[in-house]
Amino acid sequence: MTLKLRSRTGRAARPRRAPRTTAARHVPLPLLLPALLGVAFLTLPLLGLLVRTPWSDLAGELRGTQVLQALRLSLITASLATVLSLVLGVPLAWLLARASFPGRRLLRALITVPLVLPPVVGGVALLLALGRRGILGQYLDSWFGVTLPFTTAGVVVAEAFVAMPFLVLSVEGALRAADPRFEDAAATLGASGWTTFRRVTLPLVAPGVAAGSVLAWARALGEFGATITFAGNFPGTTQTMPLAVYLALQDDPQAAIVLSLVLLAVSITVLAALRERWMTAV
Amino acid sequence: MTLDANLRVDRPGFTLDLDLHIDSGEVVALLGPNGAGKTTTLRALAGLTPLTAGRIEIDGTTVEDTTMGRRTPTERRRTGLLFQDYLLFPHLSALDNIAFGLRCQGRSKADARGEAAAWLDRVGLADHAAARPGALSGGQAQRVALARALAPSPRLLLLDEPLAALDAHTRLDIRTRLGHHLADFDGATLLVTHDPLDAMILADRLVVIEHGHLVQTGPPAEIARHPRTDYIARLVGLNLYHGAADDHRVRLADGAEITTAEPHHGPVFVAFRPTAVALYRTRPDGTPRNQWPVTVTGIERRGDHVRIDLTGPLHLAADITPAALADLDLTPGTQVWATVKATETDTYPA
Repeated sequence: MTLKLRSRTGRAARPRRAPRTTAARHVPLPLLLPALLGVAFLTLPLLGLLVRTPWSDLAGELRGTQVLQALRLSLITASLATVLSLVLGVPLAWLLARASFPGRRLLRALITVPLVLPPVVGGVALLLALGRRGILGQYLDSWFGVTLPFTTAGVVVAEAFVAMPFLVLSVEGALRAADPRFEDAAATLGASGWTTFRRVTLPLVAPGVAAGSVLAWARALGEFGATITFAGNFPGTTQTMPLAVYLALQDDPQAAIVLSLVLLAVSITVLAALRERWMTAV
Repeated sequence: MTLDANLRVDRPGFTLDLDLHIDSGEVVALLGPNGAGKTTTLRALAGLTPLTAGRIEIDGTTVEDTTMGRRTPTERRRTGLLFQDYLLFPHLSALDNIAFGLRCQGRSKADARGEAAAWLDRVGLADHAAARPGALSGGQAQRVALARALAPSPRLLLLDEPLAALDAHTRLDIRTRLGHHLADFDGATLLVTHDPLDAMILADRLVVIEHGHLVQTGPPAEIARHPRTDYIARLVGLNLYHGAADDHRVRLADGAEITTAEPHHGPVFVAFRPTAVALYRTRPDGTPRNQWPVTVTGIERRGDHVRIDLTGPLHLAADITPAALADLDLTPGTQVWATVKATETDTYPA
């Protein structure tokens, strides 16, 4: 009886091909028009960038030391900020997803504040906390002789401050989606909490960690407000690509376009390289 | 390697209160309807759910005792747990899944893999060492999961519905294999199942719980013959009634009477098989002393016979042949006479 029943439901459950949208079904105009406008709105500015790029002078413009310097600084600081976010953010995400303690929701809300905070405000807040006279910064300065504002390290701090919430939320989501019973299984096999995290949990949420890292890296790469407020704008040490673009726009628009194009190319390359492998898995 | 446990777990709207003793090498099947507390029992023994009160002793070592505030964490209890959906680590090969527990004991990678390979061989999957769990069939995954649970030589083996996720054909094969592995295992084994057949074949003793409490325990044959609750009676396919016996007559709570073969006195259970129930369109003459006018409430085909559910002075399940069904022309609502010979009834003290 059970056998018969099972085979019957089995047949019914066999996946049927989803019916394709027929050519006859037309998209309602009130949806189609705004959608097309949306496409134009999102792609035209990028197209404008491409059209106005001085392709013939491109090589010369790129060779300008300022461009390479800013690009190098941007790539390094964004990567370091991502590493910092990973080191602090993954454990934090684990705490939010797995541990239960009073005030967890409040903590979660606090952590997401930098996500919605205007970056300039973040920069001011960083100055008040970590600046030379900041509540923490004064001790960093007097005890260790460390000053963060207006240094390359300051750029990394500013970028991580803005980018880390992306990583935390992404990893926390992945942890919540992962079946915690895998961790139970690891424990019954004799794995300590740390071993379980290292050998079971982390591999299970690797796609989420990767996606979060990409998001954080992209956010750090484009960081402007917090960086210029907290770290200033010194070529070679704190002038990242977005700052260079903004400045160049005022006295050398041609250079600004080239710099923008480089940023766009870097972003698209990273997105394309990781999309297939990670972004779809989220 | 015995298990001695006195478990109490309180949850809103549910209390598990169960004493369990399992001898070395003994296989105990824990049966019960959904929500009876079977999985909670397993998780409590494994240390995944803390006890509200009670004590767990495995192999002479107290791993949890609420009065002393002692609690050994799961990873140091040495209990193997086979999950219903196996939970093989998807990012590790079959071999590394089995080696995982051995590695956690501090064994070197090569050593652990060597023993894991021996386990793979023992479950007949030596040529699947490199396969990821996603590439294994249900039966293969079950065997890898069993090997993974057994490899670190646990003192207590817990099996959560080990055959439930398999199709009927694979199930037969895997049940036989599982039986062999359980016979080889020298620790205590607790097998959670809702399938009476699995329990009867694999277990030395059954423990039946309902609503978090023990309702019956004993050898499979004893429970199959003398069920003490409606749930167990349905499980083993018997009609079961509870009443007060006065010699050969048993009066049920709702007033109906059953005539039995053996004389009894006081509260008793009366059980008889659905095949012992005969149905007639008109009141039969002659010997059977148990006759009740009843109404058909359900008709269901079961293998080569038909199960008829009946209601009247008492609820009855009757198994008849398809030919008899056609002869009697039964449909829900049909009035018939049900008879049961006194010699077909089994009466035992409640």
